Amino acid sequence: MSQIDEKGMKKENPVTERLVNGIVKENPTFVLMLGMCPTLAVTTSAINGLGMGLTTMVVLALSNVFISLLRGIIPDKVRIPAFIVIIASFVTMVELLLQGFIPFLYDALGIYIPLIVVNCIILGRAEAYAYKNPVIPSLFDGIGMGLGFSVALTCIGAVRELLGAGEIFGIHVMPESYVPVSIFIMAPGAFFVLATLTAIQNKVKIAGERKGKDMSKIQSGCNSDCMNCADTGCAKRLIDEKAGEEGKNNA
Amino acid sequence: MSDLMKVSSNPHVRSKSTTASIMLTVVIALLPAAGFGIYNFGPKALLLILVTVASTVATEFAFEKICKKKITIGDYSAVVTGLLLALNLPVSAPWWIGVVGGVFAILVVKMLFGGIGQNFMNPALGARCFLLISFTSIMTNFDCDAYTGATPLAALKSGESVNILNMVIGRTAGTIGETSMIAIVIGACILILFGIIDLRIPGTYIVTLAVFVTLFGGRGFNWPYISAHLSGGGLMLGAFFMATDYVTRPITKKGQYVFGFLLGVLTGIFRIFGPSAEGVSYAIIIGNLLVPLIEKVTLPKAFGKGGEKA
Repeated sequence: MSQIDEKGMKKENPVTERLVNGIVKENPTFVLMLGMCPTLAVTTSAINGLGMGLTTMVVLALSNVFISLLRGIIPDKVRIPAFIVIIASFVTMVELLLQGFIPFLYDALGIYIPLIVVNCIILGRAEAYAYKNPVIPSLFDGIGMGLGFSVALTCIGAVRELLGAGEIFGIHVMPESYVPVSIFIMAPGAFFVLATLTAIQNKVKIAGERKGKDMSKIQSGCNSDCMNCADTGCAKRLIDEKAGEEGKNNA
Repeated sequence: MSDLMKVSSNPHVRSKSTTASIMLTVVIALLPAAGFGIYNFGPKALLLILVTVASTVATEFAFEKICKKKITIGDYSAVVTGLLLALNLPVSAPWWIGVVGGVFAILVVKMLFGGIGQNFMNPALGARCFLLISFTSIMTNFDCDAYTGATPLAALKSGESVNILNMVIGRTAGTIGETSMIAIVIGACILILFGIIDLRIPGTYIVTLAVFVTLFGGRGFNWPYISAHLSGGGLMLGAFFMATDYVTRPITKKGQYVFGFLLGVLTGIFRIFGPSAEGVSYAIIIGNLLVPLIEKVTLPKAFGKGGEKA
């Protein structure tokens, strides 16, 4: 993944690299725009967002590990059904555990727990990463992506709860005179907040880029797979960098 | 005329009207309704109107300043938005409702989609619906010093009788600018005389609603009932001032008839079959969203094309 990283930097440890990738570079919600259904539906409060994020993270990490373990056995033609079976098994387990031990979260998340099976993030990571990579990086890829999803959902949930109910994690924080803008805990509010937070994080990343940090990979969610990448500017940069390096080596 | 022949590319015939002159005419046309609202509801209505207009203009200015865009507050479109929004607020609303609505109208509905000419729905109505969903109890509280109790449409819905004369003059409960049919029609006449709007959309809208109410209102051809529906609520304000918004109405003539018909049917459905007494705002917003589709199916054929089928 990080062969062509910034010159002079040490090659990153795959564990931290995967974690940072999931939380910042390829944040599933704000950058990849995956898993929008639970993102919009359950983030009515910070605790619901956090619960959904962590539940998804558990499923994601476990399914990534098992798919990575079985990647030599699963035939290519039936890999999607095989992934779904693995994911669905873990989702069922997590659902039963939630129902048994955290009933309030189980009630709050409702139908969106079984729907984790069809969450694009999980199938996406299985297909894009776990099926092609060893177990340990796959585990941390799942944890990183899951954490990224949790952070994003908690942020969205916190903003919606703050504006829509004047609370964060159920604790009243706004002054007494604040009149809750109840549209924010309804469906339209989810779109407002998601769009605004995405815009803010893009703005921050672009600002970082201008300061001279190499954020090109963050911007494009680069996975070094230039064949399937729409960001032509990035590919050109990579070619230029390589050419520059070769030039140096020749000299 | 000079003796020199002027050579220029087309268009050769230009209208003198500009965005600013059109918007200023709309502002003037809204003044009767605003004036009657202030007379009817007292100085608090004036305050609410001023706060709302100030917030829309200030939001537009601030956004364009921060984003280093051309300042467009000189074209009065923000004033029109603010005034329309204020006329759609109940007089009992606190001042910050006007500010929140004004910021939402300009920032979210107008500026984030590209500023004047780019918004996909009427900013004033978008903000009104935002406020209506967010602060339902404030936005539907029409109690004030002058009037208490239900709006005429709500009374009509619950089967009580209403005084048509009061509704036409405007001496009823309601939002600041919607109560007086006479004041709004005076403004509409100004717009029509100056050629700012024509009757295609408002006419179709009002006739369709009248027919719909006759057919489905459950009282048959009952003139007082129909005229109460026509003079009550935001119909007149919506039909003449909001449905005719240049940006969010269809461009094609046929499309404008379709649009008016659609608004009439939607308003009728909301008023008669819906849970609330009024539905003009939602009808116009839904109509706005369907405008691209309406334009697509009513696209006129270019001259000389489409005569023979290939």
